[in-house]
Amino acid sequence: MAVITKDELSKNVAEEPSMMTGSTPPKEWMDTPVQFKPGNYAYPTKVEKLEYLDSQQGVSFPNARVWNPEDEDWKLPANWKEIIINGLADRLDRFRSLKIFMDCCVRCGACADKCHFFLGTGDPKNMPVLRAELLRSVYRGEFTLAGKILGKMAGGRKMTAGVLKEWFMYAYQCTECRRCSVFCPYGIDTAEITMMLRELLHLVGCGINWAMEPVSNSNRTGNHMGLTPQAFKGNVDFLCEDVESLTGVKVNPTFNRKGAEVLFITPSADVFAEPGLFTCMGYLLLFEAIGLDYTWSTYASEGGNFGLFTSNEMMKKLNGKMYAEAERLGVKWILGGECGHMWRVINQYMDTMNGPADFLEVPKSPVTGTVFDNAASTKMVHISEFTADLIKNGKIKLDKSRNAHVKATFHDSCNTSRAMGMLEEPRYILDNVLEEWHEMPENTIREKTFCCGSGTALNTDEIMELRMRSGLPRANAVKHVYDQHAINTLACVCAIDRATLTTLMNYWVPEVEVAGVSELVGNALVIEGENRQELTEGLRTLV
Amino acid sequence: MASIEHNGTSYEVDEDGFLLNGSEEWDENWVDYVKGVEGIGEMTDEHQKVIDSLQEYYKKNGIAPMVRILSKTTGFPLKRIYELFPSGPGKGACKMAGLPKPTGCV
Repeated sequence: MAVITKDELSKNVAEEPSMMTGSTPPKEWMDTPVQFKPGNYAYPTKVEKLEYLDSQQGVSFPNARVWNPEDEDWKLPANWKEIIINGLADRLDRFRSLKIFMDCCVRCGACADKCHFFLGTGDPKNMPVLRAELLRSVYRGEFTLAGKILGKMAGGRKMTAGVLKEWFMYAYQCTECRRCSVFCPYGIDTAEITMMLRELLHLVGCGINWAMEPVSNSNRTGNHMGLTPQAFKGNVDFLCEDVESLTGVKVNPTFNRKGAEVLFITPSADVFAEPGLFTCMGYLLLFEAIGLDYTWSTYASEGGNFGLFTSNEMMKKLNGKMYAEAERLGVKWILGGECGHMWRVINQYMDTMNGPADFLEVPKSPVTGTVFDNAASTKMVHISEFTADLIKNGKIKLDKSRNAHVKATFHDSCNTSRAMGMLEEPRYILDNVLEEWHEMPENTIREKTFCCGSGTALNTDEIMELRMRSGLPRANAVKHVYDQHAINTLACVCAIDRATLTTLMNYWVPEVEVAGVSELVGNALVIEGENRQELTEGLRTLV
Repeated sequence: MASIEHNGTSYEVDEDGFLLNGSEEWDENWVDYVKGVEGIGEMTDEHQKVIDSLQEYYKKNGIAPMVRILSKTTGFPLKRIYELFPSGPGKGACKMAGLPKPTGCV
């Protein structure tokens, strides 16, 4: 599918009213049905992936079938309405947060223009308040007395096939980034509403393949990519050879080693595709430089958890693998790589899903002795926290001039910033490894950061225009720093970011490359006994 | 899911036009079909080397190789692979070799 050109899209975003309708909707939102057409929806889950997942313990993914969102008939199970209503009743009962979010919105509109999907598509149903209202209206119509009696007058409506289709459209035009929640006076977490919508849709077999194939792979082989143990090890070994030929430093990572002090887990894309590979080289060099006693695992070989974008049960199951492996190997604690949503799962859900992880110890850096009390419960430390502590205590030697080719800005991942509160550590690292870097505008960074536009498994090619639209607010802020300071690098700490921001930059700001913070650390590291080549582009240099 | 017909043989493909049943349905006729849709002029020994290398790795590992490994095993720099397969190793070459498209944070 040909993707619209940058010039055309820039014009459309600014001048056209709505991507969905192509005009200002003449009717009330409840009377404006969704229209599925190529490019505005992600492909449904492949049957064999869903059947495989449904056969697994602890999770349920029924009603696998071939279906097409563009068809009138979605081949839903005969009792689909009953399934949805019962599913909603069950979740209102189990999740107090959902019940509160359904009841407490006053429709003040503070969230409306904070959403990158609304800004990029101009579609009113992408205002977080209205996206939530898609579910809330059914809650009112089917579960509250006022809604049952007064219907539309009380903002209620009945569950229909049209409503279900609307849910599918807008549950997958939200990246669960939670920027809107920062501005909500009630703190309504719209991501949790989207999560519920997706869960309900899964009950009737409606999901997207770009989420479910990684979930299926992760359950089967341990990681999203579907890397088998030998391929996973082979890839890391391959990177070690590259590291050695670039720097003269021989790194010897171990795999599945019992008794290691630390288990290291990172997103599998870091050992598969650029630019994540360079981030991975950075980890390998850092661990070698400090002599860390650590191991990789080919079982828990994924930091990411697309279960978060799927269902609570799936998230729990995939997260459980990390801790099961940590227990099996007898490590003291877990060090996590540059991933976004892994940290949301760890900090907001792990403890009540799979915790407490009492069999592990409160993480303590073996190099500096620093105790990470913030991870006392999860037993898991972020690589940027770990690295910043090493720098602060003078335990690694850095040469900024080795990054002379880099002039950067920093993108806060939605999840490390808003779900973890990690704001200072990556910045402190950049201060110490780069000669020059500049912030993007204040309302687009830290807890107000703009999403890459393709998170929550929306990083698939068939919705490229949608992705370029929803990523525009982020790209626009990068463009601003580029215009002011001629930066050439967008640094980040998330694997989805590394992949999706690369595509986004190629489209909107092609002068800017994307790099993981650990890659920049690896570039600057001075290691005893090294024999570095002339690396004019750091670890990216082709030799 | 759709099916595609080429020279009298029919193939099950996904939305992106990748073979659903991989090596079970893959044959030289499929290669000829992909050659057309990918805008590849003549099949050369170099194309064949990339296809063979992908399939061999896939048989051993159950996944496509990372591009750097493909580059090393074939001896072709990435630039050359893109010249051979204009839509890239992940799309054009994997499609022609009958491998699935990689998913996840990529």
